[in-house]
Amino acid sequence: MKKMLAAAVSRVLGGGAQKPASRVLVASCNYSNDATFEIKKCDLHRLEEGPPVTAVLTREDGLQYYRMMQTVRRMELKADQLYKQKFIRGFCHLCDGQEACYVGLKAGANPSDHAITAYRAHGLCYAYGLSVQSILAELTGRRGGCAKGKGGSMHMYGRNFYGGNGIVGAQGQIFEAYNMAALWKLPCIFICENNRYGMGTAIERASASTDYYKRVNFIPGLRVDGMDVLCVREATKFAADYCRSGKGPIVMELQTYRYHGHSMSDPGISYRTREEIQNIRSKSDPIMLLKDKMLNNKLSSIEELKEIDVGVRKEIDDAAQFATTDPEPPLEELGHHVYNNNLPFEVRGTNQWIKFKSIS
Amino acid sequence: MAAVSGLVRRPLEQVSGLLRRRFHRTAPAALQVTVREAINQGMDEELERDEKVFLLGEEVAQYDGAYKVSRGLWKKYGDKRIIDTPISEMGFAGIAVGAAMAGLRPICEFMTFNFSMQAIDQVINSAAKTYYMSGGLQPVPIVFRGPNGASAGVAAQHSQCFAAWYGHCPGLKVVSPWNSEDAKGLIKSAIRDNNPVVVLENELMYGVPFEFSSEAQSKDFLVPIGKAKIERQGTHITVVSHSRPVGHCLEAATVLSKEGIECEVINMRTIRPMDIETIEASVVKTNHLVTVEGGWPQFGVGAEICARIMEGPAFNFLDAPAVRVTGADVPMPYAKILEDNSVPQVKDIIFAIKKTLNI
Repeated sequence: MKKMLAAAVSRVLGGGAQKPASRVLVASCNYSNDATFEIKKCDLHRLEEGPPVTAVLTREDGLQYYRMMQTVRRMELKADQLYKQKFIRGFCHLCDGQEACYVGLKAGANPSDHAITAYRAHGLCYAYGLSVQSILAELTGRRGGCAKGKGGSMHMYGRNFYGGNGIVGAQGQIFEAYNMAALWKLPCIFICENNRYGMGTAIERASASTDYYKRVNFIPGLRVDGMDVLCVREATKFAADYCRSGKGPIVMELQTYRYHGHSMSDPGISYRTREEIQNIRSKSDPIMLLKDKMLNNKLSSIEELKEIDVGVRKEIDDAAQFATTDPEPPLEELGHHVYNNNLPFEVRGTNQWIKFKSIS
Repeated sequence: MAAVSGLVRRPLEQVSGLLRRRFHRTAPAALQVTVREAINQGMDEELERDEKVFLLGEEVAQYDGAYKVSRGLWKKYGDKRIIDTPISEMGFAGIAVGAAMAGLRPICEFMTFNFSMQAIDQVINSAAKTYYMSGGLQPVPIVFRGPNGASAGVAAQHSQCFAAWYGHCPGLKVVSPWNSEDAKGLIKSAIRDNNPVVVLENELMYGVPFEFSSEAQSKDFLVPIGKAKIERQGTHITVVSHSRPVGHCLEAATVLSKEGIECEVINMRTIRPMDIETIEASVVKTNHLVTVEGGWPQFGVGAEICARIMEGPAFNFLDAPAVRVTGADVPMPYAKILEDNSVPQVKDIIFAIKKTLNI
């Protein structure tokens, strides 16, 4: 309260207060600082107790989560548009509907925690600090992309973030990983984004047991409401604390949903009904759920959230503009980055007379 | 009595035979069949012919196939013959090999051959080597099929060509169809073969239509494994290729024909066992050789062809060193300009041909 008054005073004294700021300022005196919410209890496997069933959401955090989720949502929808306009080629796996998973994960983890994921990566890329501009420019294959245009949708990397991977070897490899993580008590959270389908196949048709959080006999697990950003945050905090305390790995199953099909080549309605998709949108949309929480508890106002929407839209539009006008990577760089920390050498092109320089 | 009935019956047969022949003569305009339809037809015919044949893989049944190659098969043959698997290549490839050992004839689909790397131990150690290791006791009549090589914009992990890797292994047969007749004839031969056969299809060719001869329309149409086809006769240079690049070679040949250069274009059809004799005979005639492939140059299909030419009679007939046109020696980049320069284009083939001919 004091801070806000001080800010108000300084703005008045500063003179020429911009209209939008003062509007917000006056309204902000009516907002609550924070609110406490009941969140869904997580299903537990081999755990005596789980994450708390209440969560405190500060106004600041709420606005940030809202902004981040809205950014991921709009970014994915923009990617859909760019794909249909053929600015994006190849494979494009969108994650709209799953925003709470990424924002909640980031909110519950430390910046120094490392992460790796599969091909539905854009949301996590953004949560891990890649800008919308660098993501969209990578999708359109331009030099301003986060991988200089050489990786594309499934191969985006960042600090402490190992991508973005196109090959998924399901059952076998993960059990090998479970075994070694548990054996050596590695501080690893295994996260399953359970969006009910593996490509075009419902999980009931592909898994003998769909209780993924219980799959490992000797690793504890949590089943989390992946559409509630607070639930994901609290579960992540709990899981991270568990790992950091030296107890070993833990499994976290996030129950979530993707609005798009598996990829842009999949309409997503041959194996699920439009009613199902619409039902989730109207009852469980993560952004809508957060918005309702904030409005009902005076953490924000419709106007304020609308302004955030406008800001996000502009950010996405600017990024898309960049992504469609930035030049492609130069041909001379085709051979670069084959090896790291290597003397420059020559890479063969499509015949023995075409050579590209390769620099680390 | 028998003689009379025979007399009565025969005229009818003769009449119907005449009618049949009439239909052939007034056949409709040449039948256009896409590569996808050809593979579908080939599998359908073999599934019908032999109940031991079955198809398994990701999305092959209820989704009609990730690339719609198995469209309609699940509806026709049901759960027992067309099986959707979980996303577990090592697992279901192993299950397929076991089924083959026990006497069934599985077609194991990899959504792309990039994913076969997850299961490569089953392909090589369980399938390819077993007949040899068992001293001839245990055959493995399995087909591994799926799209191979570069597509459009699918980037590094989804664009690798596996012709050289699989072609390296004794015990495996490896085929690489280009057009629809290749696709139908080779998949049928592969299914009927008692050995593990890798069928390297191409996603960009699935939708391309080709003319289907009347032989190809038959349910017993087979393209023999191990035999290359001369797609275009020529006298000045031999151009050898497999899969989609065969089309590029024919395009290059058309362009060069206008300049008076006649290329002999050979479609390998089979990678292993390689039909080197057809290539040798051609080189003896033309004295020049260019190989074209989508895969990486080092230890590639072209490298093997060149080595074998050196070892055989055709070496003495070469007027210039053989030249390889290949993919660029980098993981496939995503950006279009980089990707375009990482796969062999028609202009690269023309360039190589002219260089070889010293033009």
